Amino acid sequence: MAADTLFHRITDYAHRADPYPLYAELRENGVARQDDGSYLVGTYHDIAALLHDPRISSDRRHRTVPDGAAGTDEGVPPSFIGLDDPEHHRLRGLAMRSFGPPHTPDRIDGMHEDITRIVRDLIAGFEGKERIDVVDDFAYPLPVTVICRLLGVPTEDEPRFRLWSDAIVAGFDPTPGDDPEERQRAGTDARKQMALYLGELAEGRRGHPSGDMLSAFVNDAGPEGQLTPLETMATAVLLLIAGHETTVNLITNGMLTLLRHPDALERLCREPELMPLAVEELLRYEPPVQMLPQRTPLADIEVAGRTIPKGSPLILMLAAGNRDPQRFVDPDRFDPAREDNQHLGFGSGVHSCFGAPLARLETQIALHELLRHLDTPRLIEDPPEYRRSPVLRGPRHLLIGRGGV
Amino acid sequence: MLGEPRDGRIVVVGASLAGLRAAETLRAEGFTGSLTLIGEETHPPYDRPPLSKQVLLGKVPADRTGLPQRRRLDADWKLGVRAGGLDPVGKRVLLDDGADVPFDRLLIATGTRARPWPHPDEAAMDGVFTLRTSGDAAALAARLAAGPRRVLVVGAGFTGSEIASACRERGLDVTVAERGPAPLVGALGGTLGELAAKLQRAHGVDLRCGVTVTALEGDGRLTGAQFSDGTRIDADIAVIALGAVRNTEWLAESGLAAGPRGVTCDAGCRAFDMYGIVTDDIFAAGDVARFPHPLFEYQLLSLEHWGNAVAQAEVAAHNMISTGPRRRPHLTVPAFWSSQFGLNIKSVGVPTFSDQVVIAQGSLKDARLVAVYGYRGRVTAAVSVNQARSLEYYRHLIETAAPFPPAPGAADQRESPVPVPSDVPDPKLLSHGPTVALTGHLPDRRLTVVQPAR
Ligand SMILES: Cc1cc2nc3c(=O)[nH]c(=O)nc-3n(C[C@H](O)[C@H](O)[C@H](O)COP(=O)(O)OP(=O)(O)OC[C@H]3O[C@@H](n4cnc5c(N)ncnc54)[C@H](O)[C@@H]3O)c2cc1C
Repeated sequence: MAADTLFHRITDYAHRADPYPLYAELRENGVARQDDGSYLVGTYHDIAALLHDPRISSDRRHRTVPDGAAGTDEGVPPSFIGLDDPEHHRLRGLAMRSFGPPHTPDRIDGMHEDITRIVRDLIAGFEGKERIDVVDDFAYPLPVTVICRLLGVPTEDEPRFRLWSDAIVAGFDPTPGDDPEERQRAGTDARKQMALYLGELAEGRRGHPSGDMLSAFVNDAGPEGQLTPLETMATAVLLLIAGHETTVNLITNGMLTLLRHPDALERLCREPELMPLAVEELLRYEPPVQMLPQRTPLADIEVAGRTIPKGSPLILMLAAGNRDPQRFVDPDRFDPAREDNQHLGFGSGVHSCFGAPLARLETQIALHELLRHLDTPRLIEDPPEYRRSPVLRGPRHLLIGRGGV
Repeated sequence: MLGEPRDGRIVVVGASLAGLRAAETLRAEGFTGSLTLIGEETHPPYDRPPLSKQVLLGKVPADRTGLPQRRRLDADWKLGVRAGGLDPVGKRVLLDDGADVPFDRLLIATGTRARPWPHPDEAAMDGVFTLRTSGDAAALAARLAAGPRRVLVVGAGFTGSEIASACRERGLDVTVAERGPAPLVGALGGTLGELAAKLQRAHGVDLRCGVTVTALEGDGRLTGAQFSDGTRIDADIAVIALGAVRNTEWLAESGLAAGPRGVTCDAGCRAFDMYGIVTDDIFAAGDVARFPHPLFEYQLLSLEHWGNAVAQAEVAAHNMISTGPRRRPHLTVPAFWSSQFGLNIKSVGVPTFSDQVVIAQGSLKDARLVAVYGYRGRVTAAVSVNQARSLEYYRHLIETAAPFPPAPGAADQRESPVPVPSDVPDPKLLSHGPTVALTGHLPDRRLTVVQPAR
């Protein structure tokens, strides 16, 4: 029966708190074809190979199996995450111009102090509270504030784009079976509204550059040209969503994991210089992006002895690859000092995460400051309540108490 | 079974990239004995790739490219002294200062040096440079900064082309002379050589192919150069980029299989003696080594690649302290990178080990592409230009001897999927030496020519 397929169980909310046994099952079964014609891949080396395979498209419009989410976004073109080279390369390059090297090498490094200040302000807000919700009180507001500053979006508008963002994320939730049409329509609609909003903000800065990315998009042309207004909208939506939906989960999953591993937590308090390695391990052990659901082969492709036909939906289970014993020693162990940790937490290949340097920096600072300022934190609810999405997985709330009880 | 030889005396000759990485690996894998590094240069180990890039651009001073040491070595460093000989029976390295250093196991990592201009008087003129050491780079960078009227680069291999690129980026007039039909053809073949030529010209290089420099002119100080086509130019700097010479002379009397093509060793980095018998206590790694590679039909390869020096040094070090079955082969797929004229070029495999090439991704027009090379129907190399991310995929094709041409269907395939001849010229036609030398008898065109003694 359809509802029994592996992917059904993986997306089933009942397994959200611990999908890892299902991922192990996936790795053991090799490439898993689902009833709807999609294919799941869960072993590290196969995923890594597919992420570098130039015959794998990120453009859903290449799917031959009916795909409700494809081509429904009239008006706003796909953002570069859903395009292939050379278009992807051009758009990503134009966006990168105002984000990272070689043109803007210091943008992220330069935010170190800013981020630290935001983090400390949030922590100051814990004052007098006995219970903290790591999500609402910290892990959500932090990346939102950061991405808003970076893009140049007024933080006051946060409630508006929070609704849009929720709808957009729900819209690409690939949970099979439950009728996706309504969710997808709402997602598309929200994306359009967010695009209009961001487009208007950007246009308002044409001729009045204010140092943020939106104004760079409309004011700084490089030799490769400039984003068109529509491209600016699509790119801004992508950055705003990707810039916070994932980092919230990385920070929250991080805190949860550390609280579940008191030895590691204590070690990080003693050896704060381990934090960068620990964050890499978190990206391996509890990656915020659990899967890439939107790849499509452009030719028949052989993976682990099976042929995945051209045009089939291909789902790469990054989180399963991250715990593949063929690649990582003792993969289910959380080791904050793990070496040789080439995880798939940020993907790999041409689409590897654009915002990785920012996500790393935010999470390193966030966890470092949390550990410094929370004396003997403890988990109040384990497992915590999770968010709905099986793709961007993380707790909806994470309640912790302070002070030894 | 015998215990692993974790103690005793290990001597490393050549204190640069391969020597340092080998020493680090020895300690990392538990070698507790005495460790001596002998290096002719006075500097602690430094990195060479930036010398022809950031250093010539003035972005990094030449003495700031030191290699990070990844762990405490607890080693005896003998710097500024050259090894002049090897006594394989007495197991001693003979130093030029008269001392000798006994060893139980030896690693040869003496690398290469720049091939000098063949006429010593001309080479000695003020304004004539080569580029191999940080001293070379410091001197050349200072002269470039002083604003010469024209720079002549002799040889358009990777180093020559990078130097030309740096000159143009500094706004200097530059002439490049290359005996072969195009820059980089010795490493990348005709298709990409043509792209390189176009690119150099587009960046304002006065590129002259199919000619040689017949004389450097000047009276103590360089003033110009004569070409084989009868033309001449004024220039006040000439950089001789004619490729590299392997530092093996010091091994002449050692009885090892060491010569102009390097120190021949097996896949486990053990050096052969002149009778082809493998030694068990002398190892070689890095640019000086010449080793068989199964992916290239066991051709002996000499590579001048940073990544090879690191990987081979690690294997050599491991094998120096491991017995028989625990030893590992050095099977890494060759890989290197270069940056010039705004392009990032990366290569995996051996492009010269090819008869055909196809542009599998992107296009020559956009100067963003992946060219895939094949030999007799299998993939042997891939070169990316501003497109490094999919090289991993092609490395896998090379490792698995996948059929050539590779399956079509790349999302960004822009050019005809029909392969064309790879047009790898005979190395004899090049001014610059090849950075990868196939020193055996394949592909078919590359036979050893025996010259009658004169
Ligand atoms: C300008 C330049 C740019 C480069 N750019 C790139 C690049 O972009 N990408 C890439 O992949 N590779 C590049 N390379 C090549 C790379 O640097 C070499 O592959 C690497 O340095 C090889 O390391 P090695 O230790 O084997 O030899 P070397 O670095 O040559 O070191 C050998 C050392 O041994 C010493 N020595 C020699 N003889 C004796 C003796 N008898 N006694 C004692 N000491 C001795 C030498 O003085 C030297 O210090 C570049 C090289 C140069 C020169």
